[in-house]
Amino acid sequence: MSEYAVTPEQVEKLYQRLDREAKAGGYNLNPDKSFTLGLVESLLINEARYGYWACPCRLADGVREKDLDIICPCDYRDPDLDEYGACFCALYVSDAVRDGLQELKPVPERRPPGGPTAHPEEHEHDEELVGFTRSGIPVWRCKVCGYLCARPQPPLKCPICKADKDRFERFA
Amino acid sequence: MAEPRGSVAGIHQEHQVKFYGLSTCIWCRKTRQFLEDEKVAFDFVYVDLLQGDEREAVKDEIQKWNPHLSFPTIVIDEATCVVGFKTDELKEALGL
Repeated sequence: MSEYAVTPEQVEKLYQRLDREAKAGGYNLNPDKSFTLGLVESLLINEARYGYWACPCRLADGVREKDLDIICPCDYRDPDLDEYGACFCALYVSDAVRDGLQELKPVPERRPPGGPTAHPEEHEHDEELVGFTRSGIPVWRCKVCGYLCARPQPPLKCPICKADKDRFERFA
Repeated sequence: MAEPRGSVAGIHQEHQVKFYGLSTCIWCRKTRQFLEDEKVAFDFVYVDLLQGDEREAVKDEIQKWNPHLSFPTIVIDEATCVVGFKTDELKEALGL
């Protein structure tokens, strides 16, 4: 399948970890285990290729800054779970899809063509929206799950969705 | 399936079918399996396995049909484009 060898043991180990973390944060992995194991294998292949979990179902650039929004879990997971009951890959599904109450359908691509960094002019006013809280401590927002925390720097990993520090934005 | 490009033989050769996918994408895998099960002849390209100019050229080719550059993208007879694992749309476009 690929020049990057991934063993079934590695896949199972990461599957168990993602499943545990998903449940702890109120998320669900797709209950179709063979489907999900395929995606987990692809995450490991992308980790070997790029050094991070680029979305298996999207074309990664290979430069982390350009791919930040599509590092799994991607910035689009939660809105897609809300609207379609699944993320773009269907690695994560809603409770309704998990329980068979909602049919799993193809999820249209929500990411802007080329990713957010392809149109930086749309973000040039972002800085103006940023202020300080009364305490003077910045508030950081996880772009994946919306978790907010007030501290001098964002956490190394989001305690809710485990996204890395560079997925946080200044909120206030 | 490690090769980035190739052709799959099939009984249904009435249409020119181009399959653009990613080697890591499970929906691409399911779509390819569907085409193979239906015995459709098609050419395939795995864009993530291409590099340099060849990769850019194929990206441009796909974006003419699908500006989102999402996968799988199936182009039929240079006239119809189906994006995603949509077997009903593929059946209709291919007359299956």
